Parts: sequence; C-alpha cells; structure tokens
Amino acid sequence: MPNENTISRRRLFMKLGILFNGVVATALAVPIVRFLLSSVTRGRASAYLSWVPLGHVSEFPEGETRLASFRNPYVTPTDGKTADTSCWVRRIDGEQFQVFAVNCAHLGCPVRWFPQSKLFMCPCHGGAYYQDGARASGPPERGLFEYPYRVENGLVTIQAGELPTPGSPTAALIGKKPPCAA
Amino acid sequence: MRRLITEVGEWFDHRLQLAAPIREAAEHPVPRNTASWFYVFGSAALTVFLLQLVTGILLALIYVPSASEAWSSLQALNHDVTLGWFIRALHGWGSNFMVAIVLIHMVQVFLFGAHKFPRELTWIVGVFLLLMTLGMAFSGQVLRFDQDAYWGLGIGASIASRVPIAGPMIVKLMLGGPIIAGATLSRFFALHVFVIPGMLIGFVCLHLLMVLKLGINEWPMPGRLVKKTTYVTEYHELTKRNGAPFVPYAVWKDLFFAAFILLAVAACALYFGPFGPTGRPDPTIIQTAPKPDYFFLWLYGLLSYLPPSMETPALLIGPVVVIAFLVLLPFLSGEGEKSWRRRPIAVLTILLIAIILGTLTHLAGYTPWSPHMNAWSGDPVPEQFLHGSTALERQGALVFQVKQCRNCHSLGESGGQRGPALDSVALRLTQDQLIRQVIQGGGNMPAYGKNLSPAETTALVAFLETLHPRTQSPARDAARDMVLGEEQNRRQDSQR
Repeated sequence: MPNENTISRRRLFMKLGILFNGVVATALAVPIVRFLLSSVTRGRASAYLSWVPLGHVSEFPEGETRLASFRNPYVTPTDGKTADTSCWVRRIDGEQFQVFAVNCAHLGCPVRWFPQSKLFMCPCHGGAYYQDGARASGPPERGLFEYPYRVENGLVTIQAGELPTPGSPTAALIGKKPPCAA
Repeated sequence: MRRLITEVGEWFDHRLQLAAPIREAAEHPVPRNTASWFYVFGSAALTVFLLQLVTGILLALIYVPSASEAWSSLQALNHDVTLGWFIRALHGWGSNFMVAIVLIHMVQVFLFGAHKFPRELTWIVGVFLLLMTLGMAFSGQVLRFDQDAYWGLGIGASIASRVPIAGPMIVKLMLGGPIIAGATLSRFFALHVFVIPGMLIGFVCLHLLMVLKLGINEWPMPGRLVKKTTYVTEYHELTKRNGAPFVPYAVWKDLFFAAFILLAVAACALYFGPFGPTGRPDPTIIQTAPKPDYFFLWLYGLLSYLPPSMETPALLIGPVVVIAFLVLLPFLSGEGEKSWRRRPIAVLTILLIAIILGTLTHLAGYTPWSPHMNAWSGDPVPEQFLHGSTALERQGALVFQVKQCRNCHSLGESGGQRGPALDSVALRLTQDQLIRQVIQGGGNMPAYGKNLSPAETTALVAFLETLHPRTQSPARDAARDMVLGEEQNRRQDSQR
C-alpha cells in the first residue's frame, strides 16, 4: 500500500521540477525576447537616422526636381542593392531645397516626377502630388514625406535611414514644411 | 518473397504497433453518400501541400536567402540548373492551386453545413489553416525577391505602420531593421520555411485527427436538423445503417482527384513556366508598377476604391472582423439546417463574396485606377479628333499630351482610365466649366492653374471643346447668350 507521505513527496519533487523549469525558461526568455525585438529597441534612440550627403548643390539646377540616390546609413552585410535608396530633390532657389521620399504616402510605391505638368504620380493607386509635395489627388491622406536637409560645404545633406511609412514617428518629423512653403 | 515481406512487416509492427490503428482509421465507416466528388477537396489540399513541401525543399537546395544574392540564385534556378525552372514553376503553380483548393474546400464545407455541431473546432482549425496558407502565399512572394516583392513589402509596411501607437514598432519587427533589406528577406525566409510550415503541419494533423474522431460530415438532407442532444447518436446510427468503410469505398475518388490536381499543376508549370522573377530588387529603379500575386489582387483593387478616410479603419478593423466572424461562425449557427437548399442567406453570402472578390480581381487585372505612366508620350491623339481642326485646337492637343493629361484621360480608348474618358467631354462641360476644371482641378483631379500659361489654357480648352460627336452640339451656357447676345456669342464661338 502506498504511503501517503511518499506520494506527496514525489508530487513535491514534480512541482519543484516544474518550478525549476519555469525559472530556467523565464531566464532564457529574457535574451530570446531581447534578440527578437532587437530591430525595434535599437531604433528607439533613433540610432538608425543620420545625415547623408546627396551631392553638390550645383548638381541640382534651380527650379528643377531631380532624382538622387544615397546609401542607407545603416547597412548589414547581406543588404546588397536594397540599401540604396532614391529621393526627389527639388531646388527651389539658392540654398532652398525640398527633398522628398520616393515612397507614396499612400502605400509606399515609388512616385515619378513629370516636369511638364509639375506633378508627382504614383503608378499603384494613382496618388498625385504637386511640385511642393502637397497632395493633389488620389488616395493619399497627406503630402509626400520630406527629409530634413541642410547644405554643408556646398553639399546637400539629408537626415535619413528609415523607410518612410504613414505611421512612423519620423514621418511626422520629415513631413515638416520648409520655411518657404509657409 | 511474399513471406519475407510479411515477416519484415510483422517485425516492424511488433515494435511500432501502428498497423491496427491505421487499419481501423482506414476502414472506419463513413456514410455511403459522402463517397462523392464534392468531398475530395480536403484531400486534394493535403496533396498539394505535400507537393509544396517536396518542391520547397528542392528549391532550398539552390536558393540563397540573402538580399544581395536571392535574385541571382532565382536566375540560376531558371536558366542554369537542370529543370530548375520546372521545380520553380511547380512550386509557384502549386501555391496558386493550394489557395484555390483551400477556398473551394471551405465553401463546400460551409454550404454542406459541416461547420455545425460537433465539428466547430475542425472548422476553426480550418480557418487558421486558410490564414496560414495565405501567409505562405505572401511570404513566398517575398522570397521571389524581385521588384514586386520589394515594393510589396513596402505596401505591407505602410499598412502595418497605421496601427495606432505600436505601428512603427511592428514595421521594424516586420522588416528586421529600419528599411527593407537583408534582414527582411532572412526573416521572411524563416517564416516561410520554418515557422508557418511547422504550424501548418501541426494544424493539418489536428484537422485530420478531428475528421477521423468525429466522422466525415454526412450528406445534408433538407429538413434533417442538427440538435446537440441527438446528433451524435443519429450520426452513429446512420453510419451503422448506411455506412461503408472509407477504404476503399470512398478513397478511390480522393486518389483520382489528387492525381488529377497534381497533373493539372504540372501541366500549368510546363505550359506557363515559373513566375518571375521580375526586375532586380533595386530601390533606385523607380520605373516600376508593382503588382501583387493573383490571390492578393482583390486587396489591391479594394485599396484603390476605398475612400481615403475609410482606409485605415478598414485595413485595421476589417481583417479582425472577418477572422472573428469566421471563428465565431460555428457558434452563431452551430445547430439547425445543414442543407444549402434551405439556407438561402448562406448561399447568397457566398455568391456575394465571390462576386466582390471576382470583380475586384478582374479590375486589378487592368487597374483602371492607375495612371498610364507612358500614355502622354506613347499614345498619340487619334487622328479622328484632329480632323479639320484649327491651329489653336492642334496646339491644344499638344498641350493635352505634353502636360500628361493623357496619363489619366483616354481618347479613342487609349490612355489612362483614372479620370473620365474625354471623347465627348464637350457635351458634359461648357467652355467656362472646362476652364474652371483645368485650372482648379477637383473631383480627384489636380489643379493645373500654376502649370499652364493663359495661352496654353486657351488652346487646351479650345481642343477640349471640339471633343463631341459630329451629330451632337456641345454644351452651351444659356446665361452667356443672355449677357453677350446670342449672335455675338455664336460669332465668337465660330471664330475659334
């Protein structure tokens, strides 16, 4: 006949075993979750953003909008061409610029510039924008995303590093109008 | 020889002890009338899934899940590796067939009332199997790392970013970094090759286990209602009275259909070849119009027709509502009538959904909402619109082309369809209305006031005023007759 005591002792050991596993699992979960979320936590201190040069001011004629491309400041060894990004540079005059992301503010398709009608058009769902990036028509709820820029030693430099999406905090940052558009 | 096989078989079974349960499962009685061609879609879906597992492993022998090399490795599969193109085509067509068969299976199950008591959990597991199948289809499209995959990820990120508060975090989690790049492809590879297939295998086993334990759904008879208290006994009586062993009574149809489907996949693969890859996934090449794969085309259509204000709520709440409804369905209608003959709302719902998805897919085939980016330079103004026109009107036709009006407006059925066709615009708008529309835009048209000189506007409007059938006179503003006097007005018009 089984002793009451023995059973409860076995049960105690089983419970201790489960508890032990629980403790170990929790301890392991911390690095696992931190690893999984590394791409999120890293970006929190906006470590992804930095200033990248696009080219000399003279490469962008006044009153025109030109396509420029830059290497994303944050790259990994397997990125290849995907770390190259394009943007539309509009030189209003002198050192007044507007630098737009190619990504449509609707769903991120690449918009194209038509200098004759001075419109950006999106091939996906037909979003259209005026030359200053303001929404002209179509499904986008806002104008084109704009990168903050500055001109340093004759180089047009923008603050970039993140894919501009409608909800990203940098979208609010890069949606700011330059003083000339006010 | 035969004795040797029997002995070896017995040696294994003595250790595995699987023969008896397998035989029991194979020979379990099923209602006679379920041995029907309507009941073959589940096993066909399983067959295509197995084909996907095999071809997927074969592709993984060559494919390199690296953003810098994936595209080249696909090219190697298509052009260098012996029959690499065929394995890619099998996998691609297998994916299309799998989504289609899973959907057909689901419709059949719903119309035959198989989601009702006691098979609720089988249905719910099936709903998750559908979601996983769609997840496989999307992640598979990403692994075909070309321009469509790249910009498709951008669309996914744009949708995910609209989630309140957590949006940006979800985007970085999805992309594995700040941009679509190496880490993005690697994690979609992990999803497509390990995570989702692992879950799929587990859920398929659960799904099958429940089909065995609960029995196949009997052929629904109008008027034979499902009651929780009596159904199980009734079902057992039915299989006892009018049942037959699944093997071989019903299984031969499954076998034939499975082989037929495999043959169909192979025929499509052989005839149509593999999907893509399209252009190199280089974000600096912006001359591209990305398009999703076939089974997401309806979504592409929906996204261009939703009013902007509805879009974010619809994108975020819509899927939750649809999934919740599908999961709750067996609890909302878990009892009662099973036959589609007595369930008009069920039948109409299926028809309505099929028509909506079909229409959106059809529209997404030629995307009337997208501007034709090259129409202004590629599609000349058809000759009949310039016949007998004045110099001013011809100048207007030039403005019409050069200012890219043509990208959104068609003439003689060529050009964009984003805006209305202008073949007879002069019947709808008077001269003043045309000027206002061109300069101020509106109704989804950009304003051209800043980009047209007064001379260009005059010429353009003069051309637009000629766009009406010869037998019908253009729209006229009656008030102008009053103000300017009819004679003078007519003279002014004829001078132009």
